[in-house]
Amino acid sequence: MSSIGTGYDLSVTTFSPDGRVFQIEYAAKAVDNSGTAIGIKCKDGVVLGVEKLITSKMMLPGSNRRIHSAHRHSGMAVAGLAADGRQIVARTKSEATNYESTYGEAIPVKELADRVASYVHLCTLYWWLRPFGCGVILGGYDRDGPQLYMVEPSGISYRYFGAAIGKGKQAAKTEIEKLKLSEMTCREGVMEVAKIIYKVHDEAKDKAFELEMSWVCDESKRQHEKVPEELLEEAKAAARLALEEMDAD
Amino acid sequence: MDLNLNDEHSMGTTIIGVTYDGGVVLGADSRTSTGMYVANRASDKITQLTDNVYVCRSGSAADSQIVSDYVRYFLHQHTIQLGQPATVKVAANLVRLMAYNNKNMLQTGLIVGGWDKYEGGKIYGIPLGGTIVEQPFAIGGSGSSYLYGFFDQAWKEGMTKDEAEQLVVKAVSLAIARDGASGGVVRTVIINADGVTRNFHPGDSLQLWHEELEPQNSLLDILNTASPEPMNF
Repeated sequence: MSSIGTGYDLSVTTFSPDGRVFQIEYAAKAVDNSGTAIGIKCKDGVVLGVEKLITSKMMLPGSNRRIHSAHRHSGMAVAGLAADGRQIVARTKSEATNYESTYGEAIPVKELADRVASYVHLCTLYWWLRPFGCGVILGGYDRDGPQLYMVEPSGISYRYFGAAIGKGKQAAKTEIEKLKLSEMTCREGVMEVAKIIYKVHDEAKDKAFELEMSWVCDESKRQHEKVPEELLEEAKAAARLALEEMDAD
Repeated sequence: MDLNLNDEHSMGTTIIGVTYDGGVVLGADSRTSTGMYVANRASDKITQLTDNVYVCRSGSAADSQIVSDYVRYFLHQHTIQLGQPATVKVAANLVRLMAYNNKNMLQTGLIVGGWDKYEGGKIYGIPLGGTIVEQPFAIGGSGSSYLYGFFDQAWKEGMTKDEAEQLVVKAVSLAIARDGASGGVVRTVIINADGVTRNFHPGDSLQLWHEELEPQNSLLDILNTASPEPMNF
């Protein structure tokens, strides 16, 4: 539902006659232009995966991380303007540490998501600030179990079973909906996330990409960490195989 | 011996918090003294912080009240923000932050106890300097000096609710017998998954310990009832 908001789109403090704030919608477009990021909530944890588009052959593999740990028990995958994302991650880490200093226990994931969302929303309220050009998928595991939240540039935040943002989000969402997440373990989830990312990657339009994945689950002792090397390679191999089989059909 | 009635109110006190299988029992005496004078002989030293967390107060009455008030206020906001009851750990931490950050001005020892759905019954001791210590049982106040040996012998893991309450009442009663700054009645508060129960144990219902005398009834009582030995004026 895109339209040109000529005249009403110059400032984030201006509403259009049909009640839209165009600057926020344009910010969401910045997210749509970035590599896909997805998250799924399995029965024993959360898996995050990112299609990290490689812009230069000289880039070191493993650099330009798109997934960050917010706290011991949670992590966030960022899509959109990288510098904006860095700011959000810094703020999230700070909120998490402050909460623990004050209340003596790890911040509940729901509370953390609320704080991220409030911060992102804050930047849509003043004319001298521009909205963040990035969306965040926040996954964590606390006393209330594994949880997955997504925060959009507008400051909206919802809790999800599966979420996708970026270029291939529509295709990714379709694939995620096919999964039986309530019965899936994170080990299986890792394989599925890799398959989906490989599937939605557009070989024609984009060049090479690097798959970045993290999880927080019972197996990782409820700590947010990169998916272990061997499992990651296994997932990549399985994903490539699945792609070839699909192409062969 | 001068009775300065304008002295700061202090709660000499005996306070106790004990965990049992399923919750906690908090207990305290009821004497508030101003120097040698008993300003309040029926005070309530067990104060509510939230529906599921209470605190036993000792030391300066004013200091412990103000700390409780601030923490109750912060916890209320926290509960609204979180959308569910605060945990005992969070309550205890807020108390600790107040006690530690204002240690130069405060003189109060506190025992925070309660029940939450994640950890069950928990007791946290927060003595003078603002340390926080999670313990299966905690004792505090001037009367607690006389109870260390008693608890070493009488405490055991996994008591029932009644055993725990009896232990607390017995302990406070023993401390009252020996500590001049503790006295009055024994109040207990039991907190568990089912809620909160307040109990009151009047002074004369407590058993007598070594060399304690039978309480002397008021002469007015004797006057109004038939007695074998009427008073001769």
